Amino acid sequence: MAMDIKEIKTLIKEALPDAIIEIQDLAGDNNHYSATITSSKFSGKNKIEQHKMVYNSLKGKMGNELHALAIKTKEQ
Amino acid sequence: MDDSTKNLIQSHIDTNEICLFMKGTPDAPQCGFSMAISNMLKILEVNYKGINVLETQSLREGIKEFSDWPTIPQVYIKGEFVGGCDIVKEMYENGELKKILKEKNINHKSS
Repeated sequence: MAMDIKEIKTLIKEALPDAIIEIQDLAGDNNHYSATITSSKFSGKNKIEQHKMVYNSLKGKMGNELHALAIKTKEQ
Repeated sequence: MDDSTKNLIQSHIDTNEICLFMKGTPDAPQCGFSMAISNMLKILEVNYKGINVLETQSLREGIKEFSDWPTIPQVYIKGEFVGGCDIVKEMYENGELKKILKEKNINHKSS
């Protein structure tokens, strides 16, 4: 029940190819992460929509394999 | 999600100005993210209803489907989904949360 940083980045990149992604492993356990994602695709969208885009890119892993991913989205 | 779960969620949202779907209760949160949001609402001195999703499995899964949002906690203000932990925390820090409370005429500590 864990995912590594590379896997998370790959999934987000598939959905948001221009994204600049910074991820920190908060506890060193491959299970609690904090991510800052910057993408031009966020422009014109509200925060809920932006976070949903990130959640959707993770294809249902959020809340399952991935226990905790704090998300911060920024428009490019 | 069955109709009774859906109706239960809708009635919580309809009858409470601020609803926090959380793990644990405001007095005994059972998850750090739920505790963080609960504490922010306490600091703002707003009346809110904490709904413990751990009490009912159907509610725990149902709220995710209801809001189309994969994580808990979730905050509703006057019937509107405002966000999960990250968004509400950001709004608390940048003052947007207070702005919404003011716009929606909800009593809170303003200073």
